[in-house]
Amino acid sequence: MPTVAVTVVGADRPGIVAEVAGAVAEQGGNLEDSSMTLLRGHFAMTLIAEVDDAAQLEERLAHLAAEDLSVTVIEVPGDDTASSRPARYLLSLHGADRPGIVSATARAIASGGGNIVDVTTRLGSQLYVMTAEVEFTDDAAAEAVIGALEQVAQQLGVQLSLVALDPAGEEF
Amino acid sequence: MSVPLPAGRVREVLRAPNPALASRCDEADPTSKEVLQLAADLLATQAVSPGCVGLAANQIGVTLRVFSLDVSAHPRTRTSHGSFVLVNPVVESATRKDKVREGCMSVPDFTGDVRRPSRLVVRAFLPGSTEQVTLQTDAFEARAIQHEIDHLDGLLFLDRVVGAHAVFPRRHYL
Ligand SMILES: [Zn+2]
Repeated sequence: MPTVAVTVVGADRPGIVAEVAGAVAEQGGNLEDSSMTLLRGHFAMTLIAEVDDAAQLEERLAHLAAEDLSVTVIEVPGDDTASSRPARYLLSLHGADRPGIVSATARAIASGGGNIVDVTTRLGSQLYVMTAEVEFTDDAAAEAVIGALEQVAQQLGVQLSLVALDPAGEEF
Repeated sequence: MSVPLPAGRVREVLRAPNPALASRCDEADPTSKEVLQLAADLLATQAVSPGCVGLAANQIGVTLRVFSLDVSAHPRTRTSHGSFVLVNPVVESATRKDKVREGCMSVPDFTGDVRRPSRLVVRAFLPGSTEQVTLQTDAFEARAIQHEIDHLDGLLFLDRVVGAHAVFPRRHYL
């Protein structure tokens, strides 16, 4: 069965998730990793699924595209969850909004070999907040990038921290 | 135990990214007139702010290691020491982490999930006193004290959230 990546973006209304998940199920699909959120009131969903036929799924979702939603279905290689960068860190950044915060920060991380695996940004009335999970090959690589990040924070006038996340999580 | 405080004034609560919130506050003289007035102002400002359970001095623009607290009305509270002010607080021990969603008067647009110890022993001075007290607490009061001590170190709850999906827009209902 082919693995597909589906994206659905557009004006929010009740029932979109039900329709997308229903279409995937009809195509014999198993919904694997998925993420759905509202960004400034816009519906945004990305999912990975194994389906019988990618073209048929696309056809099935076409009516959503007719109603103000942008839908894409693309075939992708199968599971790729193994990471060669086992040291996971959380970067927290906050400060006054200004252009270039994410690009400058991401550049500093990339130049130190860090890989951003999850990121959320939020813009409030006075405050811009970025939280990103970043994977490094080891703790030394993460420590090596802190200097560059502090420089970026100073240039942008924002506050920034990079702390290790417990890879196994905590159990209760 | 503590001395009577002067009349408190309601002060403006600063919002991030105000630089006072990013500074590490200085040790304070618990017996100084300035600190007694500060303690009174913190309590007065906290009392008129709906939902406010604690306030650090740098949230009203004074970069001294002083904060006020009163979690007695909060439903998550177990132990509560009522309404009080601590000067130069030091964490003696902190154990048993749990995760709770926090907000802050200085960050009005967001809330965030933060993991913090729920058993806490803290050493500090009361305003007007030269003797240190040790305060043992748990649950919501323990969390609130650590949130305020973070303020005194120039940190916000945003610096402590648990992951990339742990900051949330705060709903403003009309
Ligand atoms: Zn606060």
